[in-house]
Amino acid sequence: MLEIKCPYCGKRSQNEFSYGGDATVKRPDLEKEVSDKEWDDFLYYRKNPRGEHSELWHHVAGCRQWFKVLRSTITHEIFKTVKMNEEL
Amino acid sequence: MSEKFRLDKVGYINKNKKISFKFNGKKYFGYKGDTLASALLANGVHLIGRSFKYHRPRGFIGAGVEESNAHVQLYSGAKTEPNAMATTVELVEGLVAKSQNCFPSVSFDLGAINNFLSKFFPAGFYYKTFMWPKSFWYKIYEPVIRKAAGLGVAPLKPDPERYEHKYEYCDILIAGSGPSGLASALAAAKNGARVILAEDKPRFGGSLLTDEVTIGNKKGKDWADETIEQLKSMPNVIVKNRSQVFGYYDHNMTVMLERTKDHIENPSEYTPRQRLWYIRAKEVIISTGSIERPLVFGNNDRPGIMLASAAKEYMKVYGVLVGKKPIIFTNNDSGYDTAIDFKKNGVDPLVLDIRSNSEGSVVKEAKNLNIDIKFSYGVVNAIGYRKVNSALIGKLNDKKSGYESLESINCDCICVSGNWTPTVHLSSQSGNKLKFDEKINAFIPNQPRQNESTIGSANGLFTLKSTLEEGFKKGYDLSKKITDKDLKIPVPMSNERSYGKQDKFWCMPLPKNKQYKRCVDFQNDVYVSDIELAVREGFRSIEHVKRYTTLGMATDQGRTSNLNGLQLVSNIEKKIVPEVGHTTFRPPYTPVTIGAIVGREVGKYYRPTRKSPMHNWHENNNAVFVDAGLWLRPRYYKQDNETLAEAAKREATNVRNNVGICDVTSLGKIDIKGPDSAEFLNRIYTNAWKKLPIGKARYGVMLREDGIVFDDGTTTRISENHYHMTTTTAQAVNVLSHLEYYLQVVWPELNVNVLSITEQWAGVAVAGPNSRNLLKKLFPDTDVSKEGIPFMGFKEADLFGVPARIFRISFSGELAYELNVESGYGIFMWEKIMELGKEMNIEPYGTEALSTLRIEMGHVAGSEIDGRVIASDLSLDGMLSKKKDFIGKRSLKRKAFLNPEREKIVGVVPLDKKTMIPEGSHLVSDNNAKLPNPKLGHISASCWSVEYNNPFSLAILKDGKKKIGEKLFALAPLKNQSIPVKIVSSHYVDPKGERVRS
Repeated sequence: MLEIKCPYCGKRSQNEFSYGGDATVKRPDLEKEVSDKEWDDFLYYRKNPRGEHSELWHHVAGCRQWFKVLRSTITHEIFKTVKMNEEL
Repeated sequence: MSEKFRLDKVGYINKNKKISFKFNGKKYFGYKGDTLASALLANGVHLIGRSFKYHRPRGFIGAGVEESNAHVQLYSGAKTEPNAMATTVELVEGLVAKSQNCFPSVSFDLGAINNFLSKFFPAGFYYKTFMWPKSFWYKIYEPVIRKAAGLGVAPLKPDPERYEHKYEYCDILIAGSGPSGLASALAAAKNGARVILAEDKPRFGGSLLTDEVTIGNKKGKDWADETIEQLKSMPNVIVKNRSQVFGYYDHNMTVMLERTKDHIENPSEYTPRQRLWYIRAKEVIISTGSIERPLVFGNNDRPGIMLASAAKEYMKVYGVLVGKKPIIFTNNDSGYDTAIDFKKNGVDPLVLDIRSNSEGSVVKEAKNLNIDIKFSYGVVNAIGYRKVNSALIGKLNDKKSGYESLESINCDCICVSGNWTPTVHLSSQSGNKLKFDEKINAFIPNQPRQNESTIGSANGLFTLKSTLEEGFKKGYDLSKKITDKDLKIPVPMSNERSYGKQDKFWCMPLPKNKQYKRCVDFQNDVYVSDIELAVREGFRSIEHVKRYTTLGMATDQGRTSNLNGLQLVSNIEKKIVPEVGHTTFRPPYTPVTIGAIVGREVGKYYRPTRKSPMHNWHENNNAVFVDAGLWLRPRYYKQDNETLAEAAKREATNVRNNVGICDVTSLGKIDIKGPDSAEFLNRIYTNAWKKLPIGKARYGVMLREDGIVFDDGTTTRISENHYHMTTTTAQAVNVLSHLEYYLQVVWPELNVNVLSITEQWAGVAVAGPNSRNLLKKLFPDTDVSKEGIPFMGFKEADLFGVPARIFRISFSGELAYELNVESGYGIFMWEKIMELGKEMNIEPYGTEALSTLRIEMGHVAGSEIDGRVIASDLSLDGMLSKKKDFIGKRSLKRKAFLNPEREKIVGVVPLDKKTMIPEGSHLVSDNNAKLPNPKLGHISASCWSVEYNNPFSLAILKDGKKKIGEKLFALAPLKNQSIPVKIVSSHYVDPKGERVRS
């Protein structure tokens, strides 16, 4: 079980959090013309990096804040966690 | 029966407390402090079980968790425990144990025929033999093999015991209380660190319990006892015996199993049997020691053949002689410790040493005691079927490839010492890639991946002096790093025997024309010949050899067999061990009861139960409950001998004719506030929200980004920037996360706050033609007329002094209202409604009647919004705004979603107007078509329409709207039903929606 540092609450066990996927995905702006490929890329296509991965986590059983985590997909080491408005 | 093998004045057991127990139906005696193994050995019992595959007689090989033979079944009935290691089961009055894997008894076992047929059961036998025909596997081969090969029998009844979980945090966790563990614990604790010291055995001290050493001028064991007392007195230290750290996981989380009950004579009712500790430590010190390796020779798995270290432990800890005519067979000096202990207890051992000589002081000591030592000798074959009674021994030639001479010697036990294997399982589990240490001929930890340090003999250090030095240093260094304190305690002086060089030779060659079975993995019945076969058949990777032969698998995890197996493969392959590599060690290190992993989360405690504030009223009024997610909701209120269908019909009819009340507290309620709330709702929902007036509610549909319908519900504008959203019961939690995601991640610029208020408000639906009249009585000072609260209207009102919210929304399709009050007033509201509604024949209705009402109205719910449908499939096209963008809108242009023949919602009525159509039935055009019969759609929900008094179902049907009026068949193969049906509109009752607006 990972130990994740919530930027608001501090270190907590993984079972307080839920995983939210790739943090680098940007939703296309509303009302904007989006090609099929762009939309597919947004919806389905994800990188599967070996190593550093920036991802979203949600402190569901805590402060209910979403935040960003930089984690190694090889060792599970967590290098950094930041609030949504901060850069990893 | 008297204890023939018990020594008088030796051991740490309590001779004043005699304990009786039963093994295989026979009564024996032992003492408090014994294990089942030591007590049986004291009684001269060596034959304990039968081996896994060939049913060969087996006895004890070890004295602790390294035991791979002596697994027993404890007790019977619900309390029974299979595969208990007799060496770790503590003796308590009334203990009942029996042998496993034998029939009819352990001394006469029919399955032993496998041994004589073993030529036909080599490694990989199952893979090769039981392949064809395929259908035979489940019906014939598998059950027979299961019966013939196996360990104990799992209990068939629920476990009556109680298991607990505990979460703990500390600076340093130390696994193992041998000299290195004690040293590091003391050093770290003195320097202010929060320490947990865990010992698997009941007694602390590890090797200090059995080794002839002194520390600080005290006997090793006395130093250990004093150190433990000192640690126990410190507030920053937790000391736990009977506690096995069995798993090392990510981010320095370890899991430890504490045995809290089975050893207690009269436990209290609430004593948990075991406690599972989740320990997150800043640093973990692994001082798990090492396990002796067996030597391999002919029939080396006979009862009476065990590790020399185990024989020593039985003598010194339990005062038990494992034999009175022992052979000590060794390739190193540590076997001599055991020989000396035998001699000192009045038994003359014969030492067979593979080496030609040794310089260790321990060998000199043995020679001075006139112990009979034969150098360059080894055991070739053990003789004695149920227990060893003699041995064929041989003088090895110079190359150790054969024998110069062979002779037979009487003996009653053979104690083998094949050197030591560091217990690296935890280090390996934590991600440490092990390295091979040529000097000790075994793997030791290399670079730690996590905050983990392995010390003592687990790290390949085998002298007390080096072990203590390393332990004190590690404890001090790590604690200093954490506590920033600098209190260093000196390493005490120590004294120990010196040990000479070991020989790497460990597998005795076969004499000419002899085919003795030489066992490598005792638990899995893997022999030298099996591994040779696997390599001969082309298995090269050690991982493949492992799987093909089952070497090092199962509960034993290769504790005694791993290195011998590796050495054998490397010998055959003419490689060195590090090239062959090692297999991966996996948690748990020792077997863990499923009950301990589950903990208290069993039965109704498996997950929390959510109850509405009106729950007790429902209970008192014969409600039959149904699980709705975590919620318990009344399904129906049973009257007399009614069935579910009858009750639902009665309750629903009453709603259609009079007025009913339903507890809807479980519906998700989300409070939405902030100046951008309208804009936010406009993006979340598919329809338009910006013009919703204050005091009005609106129905909304949410999509996922991929265009699939996510949830539906109503949202009410309470004031300028304040909205009240309702969701379905099932999706309440997910909807909140969804809203938070968009507010925090995607559109942080929106100034909106969302908060779950599901539990803050009690909700009821009051539905039926009489509901307005009832409301007039409930709110005499409020205008609840058609104009006062129009359809989809909202009003805050006073319910006899209690602030209430009135929403005119309807799920039943009738004139209906939902009333909310603060949860604490829920029961007041409910009882008031029942009281004032009495004259209007009010009746409560449950979820079954609720379903009936919504199904015949064609309102969709979870059974239609099943994660596969888009809005137009549910005839909700009108809800999709063309003027604005919303979540999931872009996906609706996907080709598959534009297909006009998509499955659409329709109504279904059986032609006979009598037969209920089972939910899940498939709709087909020809009920006699060749299989697989093309499926056109499926029945999503069924009810007995109270309006028309016949069955009615909703279905999702291919090109459904065009099929209205057609006749199809509903097939329910599991119920063997084929029902002719007619397709109708999904809006079966009041299709124009006049009633809700009345």
